Amino acid sequence: MKKKYSIFSLIKNAFSYHENWEKAWKDPLPKKEYDAVIVGGGGHGLATAYYLAKKHNMKNIAVVEKGWIGGGNTGRNTTIIRSNYLWDASAGLYDHALKIWEGLSQELNYNVMFSQRGVMNLAHNLQDVRDLKRRTHANRLNGIDAVYLSTEEVKKFCPIINTSPDIRYPVLGGTLQKRAGTARHDAVAWGYARGADEMGVDIIQNCEVKGIKRNVDSIEGLETSKGYIKTKKIGVAAAGHSSVIANMAGLKLPLESKPLQALVSEPVKPIIDTVVMSNAVHAYVSQSDKGELVIGAGTDDYVSYSQKGSHDIVEGTLSAILELYPIFSRMRMLRQWGGIVDICPDASPIISKTPIKGLYFNCGWGTGGFKATPGSGDLFAHTIANNEPHKLNAAFNLNRFVSGDLVDEHGAAAVAH
Amino acid sequence: MFLINCPYCGEREQSEFKAGGEAHIVRPKQPTELSDDQWAEYLFMRKNIKGIQFERWVHTHGCRKWFNVVRDTSNDIIKAVYKMGEKPPPNK
Repeated sequence: MKKKYSIFSLIKNAFSYHENWEKAWKDPLPKKEYDAVIVGGGGHGLATAYYLAKKHNMKNIAVVEKGWIGGGNTGRNTTIIRSNYLWDASAGLYDHALKIWEGLSQELNYNVMFSQRGVMNLAHNLQDVRDLKRRTHANRLNGIDAVYLSTEEVKKFCPIINTSPDIRYPVLGGTLQKRAGTARHDAVAWGYARGADEMGVDIIQNCEVKGIKRNVDSIEGLETSKGYIKTKKIGVAAAGHSSVIANMAGLKLPLESKPLQALVSEPVKPIIDTVVMSNAVHAYVSQSDKGELVIGAGTDDYVSYSQKGSHDIVEGTLSAILELYPIFSRMRMLRQWGGIVDICPDASPIISKTPIKGLYFNCGWGTGGFKATPGSGDLFAHTIANNEPHKLNAAFNLNRFVSGDLVDEHGAAAVAH
Repeated sequence: MFLINCPYCGEREQSEFKAGGEAHIVRPKQPTELSDDQWAEYLFMRKNIKGIQFERWVHTHGCRKWFNVVRDTSNDIIKAVYKMGEKPPPNK
Protein backbone atom coordinates (compact mmCIF):
# COMPACT_ATOMS: atom_id res chain seq x y z
CA MET A 1 0.00 0.00 0.00
CA LYS A 2 1.41 3.31 -1.06
CA LYS A 3 1.60 6.16 1.43
CA LYS A 4 -0.96 8.85 0.77
CA TYR A 5 0.24 12.22 -0.42
CA SER A 6 -0.92 14.93 1.99
CA ILE A 7 0.24 18.05 3.77
CA PHE A 8 1.57 15.80 6.53
CA SER A 9 3.62 13.62 4.18
CA LEU A 10 5.00 16.81 2.66
CA ILE A 11 6.08 18.14 6.06
CA LYS A 12 7.47 14.77 7.11
CA ASN A 13 9.55 14.47 3.94
CA ALA A 14 10.79 18.03 4.27
CA PHE A 15 12.73 16.93 7.39
CA SER A 16 14.70 14.46 5.27
CA TYR A 17 15.26 17.06 2.53
CA HIS A 18 12.77 15.27 0.24
CA GLU A 19 15.29 12.51 -0.34
CA ASN A 20 13.20 9.63 1.02
CA TRP A 21 9.96 9.82 -0.97
CA GLU A 22 8.93 6.34 -1.99
CA LYS A 23 8.95 5.61 -5.70
CA ALA A 24 5.63 6.42 -7.34
CA TRP A 25 5.82 3.27 -9.48
CA LYS A 26 8.08 0.23 -9.76
CA ASP A 27 10.28 -0.50 -12.73
CA PRO A 28 9.61 -4.20 -13.37
CA LEU A 29 10.76 -6.52 -16.14
CA PRO A 30 7.92 -8.01 -18.18
CA LYS A 31 6.38 -11.28 -17.03
CA LYS A 32 5.95 -14.11 -19.54
CA GLU A 33 2.22 -13.70 -19.81
CA TYR A 34 -0.46 -11.09 -19.08
CA ASP A 35 -4.24 -11.03 -19.38
CA ALA A 36 -3.90 -7.82 -21.37
CA VAL A 37 -1.10 -5.56 -22.55
CA ILE A 38 -1.53 -1.86 -23.24
CA VAL A 39 0.85 -0.49 -25.87
CA GLY A 40 1.76 3.11 -25.13
CA GLY A 41 2.51 4.65 -21.73
CA GLY A 42 1.01 8.05 -22.31
CA GLY A 43 -2.00 9.44 -20.51
CA HIS A 44 -4.50 7.39 -22.54
CA GLY A 45 -2.63 4.10 -22.10
CA LEU A 46 -2.00 4.57 -18.38
CA ALA A 47 -5.58 5.68 -17.76
CA THR A 48 -6.77 2.57 -19.62
CA ALA A 49 -4.63 0.34 -17.40
CA TYR A 50 -5.84 2.18 -14.29
CA TYR A 51 -9.52 1.67 -15.12
CA LEU A 52 -8.99 -1.93 -16.26
CA ALA A 53 -7.57 -2.68 -12.82
CA LYS A 54 -9.98 -0.51 -10.85
CA LYS A 55 -13.33 -1.04 -12.55
CA HIS A 56 -12.90 -4.36 -14.34
CA ASN A 57 -10.64 -6.12 -11.85
CA MET A 58 -8.03 -6.97 -14.49
CA LYS A 59 -4.85 -6.75 -12.44
CA ASN A 60 -2.53 -9.07 -14.35
CA ILE A 61 -1.87 -6.48 -17.03
CA ALA A 62 1.05 -4.42 -18.28
CA VAL A 63 1.68 -1.12 -20.01
CA VAL A 64 4.64 -1.21 -22.41
CA GLU A 65 6.19 2.09 -23.40
CA LYS A 66 8.91 2.66 -26.02
CA GLY A 67 10.46 5.60 -24.15
CA TRP A 68 9.50 6.90 -20.73
CA ILE A 69 5.94 7.37 -19.55
CA GLY A 70 4.33 10.62 -20.57
CA GLY A 71 7.28 11.43 -22.85
CA GLY A 72 5.27 11.47 -26.05
CA ASN A 73 2.27 13.61 -26.86
CA THR A 74 1.20 13.65 -23.19
CA GLY A 75 4.17 15.91 -22.55
CA ARG A 76 3.89 17.82 -25.81
CA ASN A 77 0.34 19.17 -25.89
CA THR A 78 -0.95 22.57 -24.78
CA THR A 79 -2.99 21.06 -21.89
CA ILE A 80 -6.37 22.46 -22.93
CA ILE A 81 -9.47 20.69 -21.63
CA ARG A 82 -12.99 21.42 -22.92
CA SER A 83 -16.06 19.55 -24.09
CA ASN A 84 -17.89 22.04 -26.33
CA TYR A 85 -18.15 19.76 -29.35
CA LEU A 86 -20.97 19.98 -31.86
CA TRP A 87 -22.29 16.46 -32.39
CA ASP A 88 -24.11 14.48 -29.71
CA ALA A 89 -21.64 11.59 -29.84
CA SER A 90 -18.66 13.91 -29.35
CA ALA A 91 -20.39 15.93 -26.67
CA GLY A 92 -21.08 12.71 -24.74
CA LEU A 93 -17.50 11.52 -25.12
CA TYR A 94 -15.71 14.73 -24.20
CA ASP A 95 -18.07 15.75 -21.40
CA HIS A 96 -17.68 12.29 -19.86
CA ALA A 97 -13.96 13.07 -19.71
CA LEU A 98 -14.52 16.57 -18.33
CA LYS A 99 -16.68 15.18 -15.52
CA ILE A 100 -13.89 12.77 -14.53
CA TRP A 101 -11.34 15.62 -14.67
CA GLU A 102 -13.40 17.50 -12.09
CA GLY A 103 -12.69 14.90 -9.42
CA LEU A 104 -9.46 13.42 -10.73
CA SER A 105 -6.95 14.89 -8.27
CA GLN A 106 -8.97 13.53 -5.34
CA GLU A 107 -9.50 10.16 -6.98
CA LEU A 108 -5.83 9.67 -7.79
CA ASN A 109 -4.52 11.38 -4.64
CA TYR A 110 -2.31 13.23 -7.10
CA ASN A 111 -2.59 16.92 -7.89
CA VAL A 112 -3.18 17.15 -11.64
CA MET A 113 -3.57 20.91 -11.25
CA PHE A 114 -6.89 20.95 -13.05
CA SER A 115 -7.85 24.59 -13.42
CA GLN A 116 -11.31 25.52 -14.69
CA ARG A 117 -10.29 28.90 -16.01
CA GLY A 118 -12.63 28.77 -18.97
CA VAL A 119 -11.99 28.35 -22.68
CA MET A 120 -13.05 31.05 -25.09
CA ASN A 121 -13.38 30.43 -28.83
CA LEU A 122 -13.32 33.51 -31.04
CA ALA A 123 -15.32 34.22 -34.20
CA HIS A 124 -13.62 36.27 -36.91
CA ASN A 125 -16.10 36.20 -39.76
CA LEU A 126 -19.83 35.76 -40.32
CA GLN A 127 -19.54 32.04 -40.88
CA ASP A 128 -17.65 31.67 -37.58
CA VAL A 129 -20.43 33.61 -35.85
CA ARG A 130 -23.10 31.30 -37.25
CA ASP A 131 -21.08 28.16 -36.52
CA LEU A 132 -20.28 29.17 -32.96
CA LYS A 133 -23.88 30.16 -32.21
CA ARG A 134 -25.09 26.87 -33.57
CA ARG A 135 -22.49 25.03 -31.50
CA THR A 136 -23.50 26.93 -28.36
CA HIS A 137 -27.11 25.85 -28.84
CA ALA A 138 -26.09 22.25 -29.55
CA ASN A 139 -23.91 22.23 -26.43
CA ARG A 140 -26.71 23.50 -24.22
CA LEU A 141 -29.11 20.89 -25.57
CA ASN A 142 -26.54 18.31 -24.51
CA GLY A 143 -26.23 19.77 -21.02
CA ILE A 144 -22.82 21.31 -21.64
CA ASP A 145 -22.29 24.82 -20.30
CA ALA A 146 -21.77 27.26 -23.14
CA VAL A 147 -22.52 30.91 -23.70
CA TYR A 148 -22.18 33.13 -26.73
CA LEU A 149 -20.32 36.39 -26.13
CA SER A 150 -20.50 39.67 -28.03
CA THR A 151 -17.29 41.49 -28.94
CA GLU A 152 -17.68 43.68 -25.83
CA GLU A 153 -18.17 40.64 -23.62
CA VAL A 154 -15.05 39.03 -25.13
CA LYS A 155 -13.10 42.18 -24.31
CA LYS A 156 -14.48 42.22 -20.79
CA PHE A 157 -13.58 38.57 -20.17
CA CYS A 158 -10.08 38.90 -21.60
CA PRO A 159 -9.07 42.58 -21.73
CA ILE A 160 -5.76 42.13 -23.56
CA ILE A 161 -7.47 40.97 -26.77
CA ASN A 162 -7.39 43.54 -29.55
CA THR A 163 -11.05 43.95 -30.48
CA SER A 164 -10.49 46.86 -32.84
CA PRO A 165 -12.65 46.55 -35.97
CA ASP A 166 -9.71 47.44 -38.23
CA ILE A 167 -7.55 44.37 -37.69
CA ARG A 168 -7.22 41.84 -40.48
CA TYR A 169 -9.49 39.30 -38.75
CA PRO A 170 -11.61 41.34 -36.32
CA VAL A 171 -13.19 39.69 -33.28
CA LEU A 172 -16.92 39.49 -34.01
CA GLY A 173 -17.82 37.46 -30.93
CA GLY A 174 -16.97 34.24 -29.21
CA THR A 175 -18.11 31.36 -27.06
CA LEU A 176 -17.19 30.58 -23.51
CA GLN A 177 -17.20 27.28 -21.67
CA LYS A 178 -16.52 28.11 -18.03
CA ARG A 179 -16.02 24.51 -16.87
CA ALA A 180 -13.22 24.10 -19.39
CA GLY A 181 -9.61 24.90 -18.61
CA THR A 182 -6.18 23.32 -18.33
CA ALA A 183 -4.32 20.68 -16.30
CA ARG A 184 -0.71 19.77 -15.68
CA HIS A 185 -0.07 17.27 -18.48
CA ASP A 186 2.79 15.26 -16.90
CA ALA A 187 0.91 14.94 -13.63
CA VAL A 188 -1.93 13.14 -15.40
CA ALA A 189 0.43 10.44 -16.66
CA TRP A 190 2.25 10.21 -13.34
CA GLY A 191 -0.95 10.12 -11.30
CA TYR A 192 -2.46 7.33 -13.40
CA ALA A 193 0.86 5.43 -13.39
CA ARG A 194 1.05 5.61 -9.60
CA GLY A 195 -2.57 4.54 -9.23
CA ALA A 196 -2.24 1.66 -11.70
CA ASP A 197 1.05 0.50 -10.18
CA GLU A 198 -0.54 0.36 -6.76
CA MET A 199 -3.19 -2.03 -8.06
CA GLY A 200 -0.51 -4.32 -9.47
CA VAL A 201 -0.20 -3.13 -13.07
CA ASP A 202 3.33 -3.54 -14.48
CA ILE A 203 4.53 -0.33 -16.12
CA ILE A 204 7.41 -1.28 -18.36
CA GLN A 205 9.40 1.58 -19.82
CA ASN A 206 12.04 1.47 -22.57
CA CYS A 207 10.18 -1.48 -24.01
CA GLU A 208 9.48 -1.09 -27.70
CA VAL A 209 6.97 -3.30 -29.49
CA LYS A 210 8.73 -4.99 -32.42
CA GLY A 211 6.01 -7.26 -33.69
CA ILE A 212 2.57 -8.69 -33.02
CA LYS A 213 2.07 -12.43 -33.14
CA ARG A 214 -1.34 -13.52 -34.35
CA ASN A 215 -2.97 -16.52 -35.88
CA VAL A 216 -5.67 -16.20 -38.51
CA ASP A 217 -8.17 -14.20 -36.49
CA SER A 218 -6.82 -13.62 -32.98
CA ILE A 219 -3.90 -12.30 -30.98
CA GLU A 220 -1.23 -14.55 -29.42
CA GLY A 221 1.33 -12.13 -28.06
CA LEU A 222 3.80 -9.44 -28.83
CA GLU A 223 7.51 -9.25 -29.53
CA THR A 224 9.22 -6.44 -27.60
CA SER A 225 12.75 -5.16 -27.07
CA LYS A 226 12.52 -6.83 -23.63
CA GLY A 227 11.45 -10.21 -24.98
CA TYR A 228 8.27 -12.01 -26.01
CA ILE A 229 5.09 -11.41 -24.01
CA LYS A 230 2.17 -13.80 -24.32
CA THR A 231 -1.27 -12.22 -24.16
CA LYS A 232 -4.74 -12.62 -25.62
CA LYS A 233 -5.64 -8.94 -25.51
CA ILE A 234 -3.69 -5.96 -26.77
CA GLY A 235 -4.97 -2.41 -26.39
CA VAL A 236 -3.03 0.05 -28.50
CA ALA A 237 -2.85 3.68 -27.39
CA ALA A 238 0.17 4.69 -29.43
CA ALA A 239 -1.02 8.05 -30.84
CA GLY A 240 1.08 9.06 -33.85
CA HIS A 241 2.57 5.57 -34.12
CA SER A 242 -0.77 3.73 -34.22
CA SER A 243 -0.39 2.88 -37.90
CA VAL A 244 3.08 1.46 -37.25
CA ILE A 245 1.63 -0.97 -34.67
CA ALA A 246 -1.38 -1.70 -36.89
CA ASN A 247 0.91 -2.57 -39.80
CA MET A 248 2.65 -5.14 -37.53
CA ALA A 249 -0.69 -6.91 -37.18
CA GLY A 250 -1.43 -6.61 -40.89
CA LEU A 251 -4.15 -4.02 -40.32
CA LYS A 252 -4.62 -0.72 -42.10
CA LEU A 253 -6.14 2.27 -40.30
CA PRO A 254 -7.76 5.42 -41.71
CA LEU A 255 -5.02 7.59 -40.19
CA GLU A 256 -2.38 10.03 -41.31
CA SER A 257 0.36 11.05 -38.87
CA LYS A 258 1.42 14.66 -39.03
CA PRO A 259 3.57 17.04 -37.00
CA LEU A 260 1.73 19.43 -34.69
CA GLN A 261 3.72 22.23 -33.13
CA ALA A 262 3.55 24.19 -29.92
CA LEU A 263 5.75 26.72 -28.24
CA VAL A 264 6.22 28.52 -24.94
CA SER A 265 7.49 31.99 -24.19
CA GLU A 266 9.69 33.27 -21.43
CA PRO A 267 7.80 33.40 -18.11
CA VAL A 268 6.04 36.64 -17.23
CA LYS A 269 3.65 37.82 -14.52
CA PRO A 270 -0.02 36.75 -14.81
CA ILE A 271 -1.49 38.40 -17.91
CA ILE A 272 -4.05 35.99 -19.33
CA ASP A 273 -6.25 34.04 -16.88
CA THR A 274 -8.17 31.95 -19.39
CA VAL A 275 -7.60 29.97 -22.58
CA VAL A 276 -8.34 31.70 -25.86
CA MET A 277 -8.67 29.72 -29.06
CA SER A 278 -9.15 31.12 -32.48
CA ASN A 279 -10.25 28.82 -35.24
CA ALA A 280 -9.99 31.04 -38.30
CA VAL A 281 -6.45 32.27 -37.68
CA HIS A 282 -5.35 29.12 -35.86
CA ALA A 283 -3.90 30.65 -32.75
CA TYR A 284 -4.49 29.56 -29.23
CA VAL A 285 -2.91 30.79 -26.09
CA SER A 286 -3.00 30.28 -22.34
CA GLN A 287 -0.55 30.91 -19.54
CA SER A 288 1.10 28.21 -17.47
CA ASP A 289 1.44 28.41 -13.70
CA LYS A 290 5.13 29.16 -14.27
CA GLY A 291 4.09 32.23 -16.27
CA GLU A 292 5.00 31.04 -19.74
CA LEU A 293 2.58 31.70 -22.57
CA VAL A 294 1.62 28.31 -23.99
CA ILE A 295 0.89 28.64 -27.69
CA GLY A 296 -0.53 26.00 -29.98
CA ALA A 297 0.20 26.11 -33.69
CA GLY A 298 -1.22 24.02 -36.51
CA THR A 299 -0.30 20.79 -38.25
CA ASP A 300 1.70 20.40 -41.40
CA ASP A 301 -0.20 18.85 -44.28
CA TYR A 302 2.27 16.05 -45.01
CA VAL A 303 2.83 12.73 -43.24
CA SER A 304 5.87 12.82 -41.01
CA TYR A 305 7.17 11.05 -37.92
CA SER A 306 10.12 13.41 -37.50
CA GLN A 307 8.68 15.38 -34.52
CA LYS A 308 9.67 18.53 -36.39
CA GLY A 309 7.26 20.89 -38.05
CA SER A 310 7.68 23.66 -40.61
CA HIS A 311 8.74 27.13 -39.70
CA ASP A 312 5.99 28.81 -41.70
CA ILE A 313 3.34 27.13 -39.50
CA VAL A 314 4.84 28.73 -36.39
CA GLU A 315 5.23 32.04 -38.21
CA GLY A 316 1.55 32.03 -39.21
CA THR A 317 0.41 31.33 -35.66
CA LEU A 318 2.67 33.96 -34.12
CA SER A 319 1.62 36.65 -36.58
CA ALA A 320 -2.03 35.94 -35.69
CA ILE A 321 -1.20 36.08 -31.97
CA LEU A 322 0.57 39.40 -32.39
CA GLU A 323 -2.39 40.95 -34.13
CA LEU A 324 -4.83 39.68 -31.51
CA TYR A 325 -2.54 40.51 -28.57
CA PRO A 326 -0.30 43.47 -29.46
CA ILE A 327 0.91 43.43 -25.83
CA PHE A 328 2.95 40.28 -26.62
CA SER A 329 4.96 41.96 -29.37
CA ARG A 330 8.22 41.89 -27.44
CA MET A 331 7.81 38.47 -25.83
CA ARG A 332 10.58 36.03 -26.61
CA MET A 333 9.79 32.43 -27.32
CA LEU A 334 11.84 29.99 -25.27
CA ARG A 335 11.06 26.56 -26.67
CA GLN A 336 9.31 25.12 -29.68
CA TRP A 337 8.62 21.47 -30.39
CA GLY A 338 6.56 19.10 -32.47
CA GLY A 339 4.53 16.02 -31.67
CA ILE A 340 3.19 13.46 -34.12
CA VAL A 341 -0.59 13.35 -34.16
CA ASP A 342 -2.71 10.68 -35.83
CA ILE A 343 -5.54 12.31 -37.71
CA CYS A 344 -8.75 10.59 -38.79
CA PRO A 345 -10.57 11.68 -41.96
CA ASP A 346 -13.51 12.91 -39.81
CA ALA A 347 -11.31 14.45 -37.08
CA SER A 348 -12.89 12.17 -34.47
CA PRO A 349 -11.13 9.42 -32.55
CA ILE A 350 -11.38 5.63 -32.81
CA ILE A 351 -11.95 3.65 -29.60
CA SER A 352 -12.77 0.30 -31.02
CA LYS A 353 -12.45 -3.40 -31.54
CA THR A 354 -10.78 -4.47 -34.77
CA PRO A 355 -11.42 -7.38 -37.16
CA ILE A 356 -8.66 -9.22 -35.26
CA LYS A 357 -9.98 -10.77 -32.04
CA GLY A 358 -8.23 -9.39 -28.95
CA LEU A 359 -6.75 -6.38 -30.72
CA TYR A 360 -8.18 -2.99 -29.74
CA PHE A 361 -7.27 0.48 -30.90
CA ASN A 362 -7.59 3.84 -29.19
CA CYS A 363 -6.30 6.28 -31.76
CA GLY A 364 -7.11 9.06 -34.19
CA TRP A 365 -7.31 11.75 -31.51
CA GLY A 366 -5.45 14.04 -33.86
CA THR A 367 -4.77 17.45 -32.45
CA GLY A 368 -7.03 17.19 -29.39
CA GLY A 369 -6.50 14.03 -27.37
CA PHE A 370 -5.23 15.39 -24.08
CA LYS A 371 -8.60 16.74 -22.94
CA ALA A 372 -10.15 13.30 -23.29
CA THR A 373 -7.48 11.36 -21.36
CA PRO A 374 -9.58 10.16 -18.37
CA GLY A 375 -12.72 9.47 -20.42
CA SER A 376 -10.76 7.78 -23.17
CA GLY A 377 -9.05 5.49 -20.65
CA ASP A 378 -12.33 4.65 -18.95
CA LEU A 379 -14.16 3.82 -22.20
CA PHE A 380 -11.22 1.97 -23.75
CA ALA A 381 -10.91 -0.14 -20.58
CA HIS A 382 -14.63 -0.93 -20.83
CA THR A 383 -14.22 -1.91 -24.48
CA ILE A 384 -11.24 -4.18 -23.77
CA ALA A 385 -12.74 -5.83 -20.67
CA ASN A 386 -16.17 -6.52 -22.20
CA ASN A 387 -15.13 -6.90 -25.84
CA GLU A 388 -17.97 -4.47 -26.52
CA PRO A 389 -17.96 -0.67 -26.59
CA HIS A 390 -19.58 1.44 -23.90
CA LYS A 391 -22.57 3.39 -25.25
CA LEU A 392 -20.48 6.58 -25.11
CA ASN A 393 -17.83 5.26 -27.51
CA ALA A 394 -20.08 3.08 -29.67
CA ALA A 395 -20.13 5.75 -32.41
CA PHE A 396 -16.34 5.91 -32.43
CA ASN A 397 -15.87 2.47 -33.95
CA LEU A 398 -13.52 1.54 -36.75
CA ASN A 399 -16.41 0.32 -38.88
CA ARG A 400 -17.79 3.83 -39.34
CA PHE A 401 -15.39 4.28 -42.25
CA VAL A 402 -17.12 1.38 -43.98
CA SER A 403 -20.71 2.22 -43.00
CA GLY A 404 -20.25 5.93 -43.68
CA ASP A 405 -21.60 6.93 -40.26
CA LEU A 406 -18.81 9.46 -39.65
CA VAL A 407 -18.63 11.90 -36.74
CA ASP A 408 -17.52 14.96 -38.66
CA GLU A 409 -15.95 17.33 -36.16
CA HIS A 410 -13.72 19.24 -38.58
CA GLY A 411 -14.78 22.86 -38.26
CA ALA A 412 -17.13 22.02 -35.44
CA ALA A 413 -14.32 21.11 -33.07
CA ALA A 414 -13.79 24.86 -32.76
CA VAL A 415 -10.27 24.73 -34.09
CA ALA A 416 -9.10 24.08 -37.62
CA HIS A 417 -7.72 20.60 -38.17
CA MET B 1 11.03 22.19 -43.13
CA PHE B 2 12.77 20.89 -46.18
CA LEU B 3 13.40 21.58 -49.88
CA ILE B 4 11.58 19.82 -52.69
CA ASN B 5 13.09 19.52 -56.15
CA CYS B 6 10.11 20.24 -58.41
CA PRO B 7 10.70 18.39 -61.70
CA TYR B 8 9.49 21.49 -63.58
CA CYS B 9 10.88 24.42 -61.53
CA GLY B 10 13.83 23.06 -59.55
CA GLU B 11 14.51 23.18 -55.83
CA ARG B 12 12.05 25.24 -53.76
CA GLU B 13 10.96 25.50 -50.13
CA GLN B 14 8.41 22.95 -48.97
CA SER B 15 6.02 25.77 -48.01
CA GLU B 16 5.49 26.45 -51.74
CA PHE B 17 3.98 22.99 -52.12
CA LYS B 18 0.93 21.13 -50.87
CA ALA B 19 1.05 17.48 -49.91
CA GLY B 20 -1.42 15.23 -51.70
CA GLY B 21 -1.02 12.09 -49.61
CA GLU B 22 -0.14 8.53 -50.53
CA ALA B 23 0.61 8.00 -54.24
CA HIS B 24 -0.49 5.23 -56.58
CA ILE B 25 -3.93 4.74 -55.08
CA VAL B 26 -5.81 3.85 -58.23
CA ARG B 27 -9.35 5.12 -58.69
CA PRO B 28 -11.68 2.13 -59.06
CA LYS B 29 -12.49 1.36 -62.70
CA GLN B 30 -16.00 0.11 -61.90
CA PRO B 31 -17.18 2.21 -58.92
CA THR B 32 -20.69 0.79 -59.07
CA GLU B 33 -19.40 -2.71 -58.40
CA LEU B 34 -17.43 -1.85 -55.25
CA SER B 35 -18.46 -3.22 -51.87
CA ASP B 36 -18.56 -0.89 -48.83
CA ASP B 37 -15.30 -2.42 -47.61
CA GLN B 38 -13.59 -1.68 -50.92
CA TRP B 39 -14.87 1.90 -50.86
CA ALA B 40 -13.55 2.36 -47.32
CA GLU B 41 -10.20 0.97 -48.43
CA TYR B 42 -10.04 3.36 -51.39
CA LEU B 43 -11.33 6.45 -49.61
CA PHE B 44 -9.95 6.22 -46.10
CA MET B 45 -7.44 3.48 -45.36
CA ARG B 46 -3.82 4.59 -45.62
CA LYS B 47 -0.48 2.88 -45.13
CA ASN B 48 0.75 5.95 -43.19
CA ILE B 49 4.26 4.54 -43.36
CA LYS B 50 7.08 5.43 -40.99
CA GLY B 51 9.97 5.14 -43.41
CA ILE B 52 10.03 5.28 -47.21
CA GLN B 53 6.72 6.59 -48.50
CA PHE B 54 5.61 7.22 -52.09
CA GLU B 55 3.47 10.33 -52.16
CA ARG B 56 1.99 13.07 -54.33
CA TRP B 57 2.80 16.77 -54.09
CA VAL B 58 1.60 19.81 -56.01
CA HIS B 59 3.62 22.96 -56.57
CA THR B 60 0.77 25.27 -55.46
CA HIS B 61 2.75 28.50 -55.41
CA GLY B 62 4.74 27.70 -58.55
CA CYS B 63 3.94 25.77 -61.70
CA ARG B 64 0.83 24.19 -60.07
CA LYS B 65 1.77 20.80 -61.50
CA TRP B 66 1.40 17.50 -59.65
CA PHE B 67 4.28 15.04 -59.32
CA ASN B 68 5.47 12.18 -57.11
CA VAL B 69 8.02 12.17 -54.30
CA VAL B 70 9.74 9.32 -52.47
CA ARG B 71 10.41 10.52 -48.93
CA ASP B 72 11.59 8.99 -45.68
CA THR B 73 8.85 10.10 -43.29
CA SER B 74 10.99 9.36 -40.24
CA ASN B 75 13.43 12.18 -41.08
CA ASP B 76 11.84 14.02 -44.06
CA ILE B 77 14.77 13.21 -46.39
CA ILE B 78 13.63 13.02 -50.01
CA LYS B 79 15.01 10.03 -51.92
CA ALA B 80 13.58 10.64 -55.38
CA VAL B 81 11.21 12.83 -57.38
CA TYR B 82 9.42 11.65 -60.51
CA LYS B 83 6.70 12.96 -62.78
CA MET B 84 3.12 11.73 -62.92
CA GLY B 85 2.86 8.71 -65.16
CA GLU B 86 6.56 7.83 -64.83
CA LYS B 87 7.57 4.49 -63.42
CA PRO B 88 8.29 4.76 -59.67
CA PRO B 89 11.87 4.01 -58.64
CA PRO B 90 12.45 0.70 -56.81
CA ASN B 91 11.85 0.87 -53.03
CA LYS B 92 15.29 0.19 -51.60
